[in-house]
Amino acid sequence: MRVSAIITLKKDVLDPQGKVIHETLDGMGFNSVSEVRQGKYFEIDVKENDPKKAKNLVEDMCKKLLANLVIENYKIIETQ
Amino acid sequence: MKSSVITFPGSNCDRDMDIALTKFGFKNKMVWHNDQELPKSDLIVLPGGFSYGDYLRCGSMASKSKIMHSVINFAKTGGLIMGICNGFQILVEAGLVPGVLLRNKYLQFICKNVHVKVNNKENTFFKNLDKKVLEFHIAHNEGNYFCTNDQLKKIEDNNQIAIYYCDQNGNTNDQINPNGSIKNIAGIFNKEKNVLGMMPHPERMIDQSLSGEDGSIFFKNLLNNIK
Repeated sequence: MRVSAIITLKKDVLDPQGKVIHETLDGMGFNSVSEVRQGKYFEIDVKENDPKKAKNLVEDMCKKLLANLVIENYKIIETQ
Repeated sequence: MKSSVITFPGSNCDRDMDIALTKFGFKNKMVWHNDQELPKSDLIVLPGGFSYGDYLRCGSMASKSKIMHSVINFAKTGGLIMGICNGFQILVEAGLVPGVLLRNKYLQFICKNVHVKVNNKENTFFKNLDKKVLEFHIAHNEGNYFCTNDQLKKIEDNNQIAIYYCDQNGNTNDQINPNGSIKNIAGIFNKEKNVLGMMPHPERMIDQSLSGEDGSIFFKNLLNNIK
């Protein structure tokens, strides 16, 4: 199964890259942006046919490696 | 006194550290990240560099190396561990010191000499050091120390801040903060003070003609404290 996960920075963590992207968008004329936060997206193929088990496995990966829970949140967005 | 420096794929300050430790009297061994056991050591050093190309998050892959099980056990039994630069990033990813190191505030790789003020001398790393402000070198892209407010309170209550970025007179303020670190933090201890992580490189300041000798002062003092 293919499991997709996104990792985002927590609310209070400074995101300088997001800030620069925001400023660049502003300079390009996209003036309606109020904030940009940059994150990471993973597609993980696991040798597992049970969607629930596959999801749990990737959740465990997020907790142990893919995300640093001091500054980041993770979310499994799709299992197919 | 015996020391071990661990080399990860992408470490590039491991040999500098070896030279520095050897120069001041440590019998140093180099240890490969894929080894399982540490040689008998009084000090373990995780050196600077770009382990695993800084993929995912700096230090995240290296913190899961085989040797890290032994390093974590060594820390639990009170063994002295020092992580410099990428070594500091590996320590935070391994959970051996609190907090994380984010991208520098102004998104630039910083390579320059800085001054640091020693905050806590009640530990093996800085005890008896007769200089309060040291000049070290920094070279990093992710040195912006961050932790939650709750963590910061615990760190301060437990006197875990090791060194601050400061000017040459020891004043700490936003203007001399090179990377945006909370409270100008340049280095931090674990709760028990046997693990030290810091961004500055003392091993780059051990030659009068090249750099200045504040690193020499640090290593000589460290050796005396361990003896």
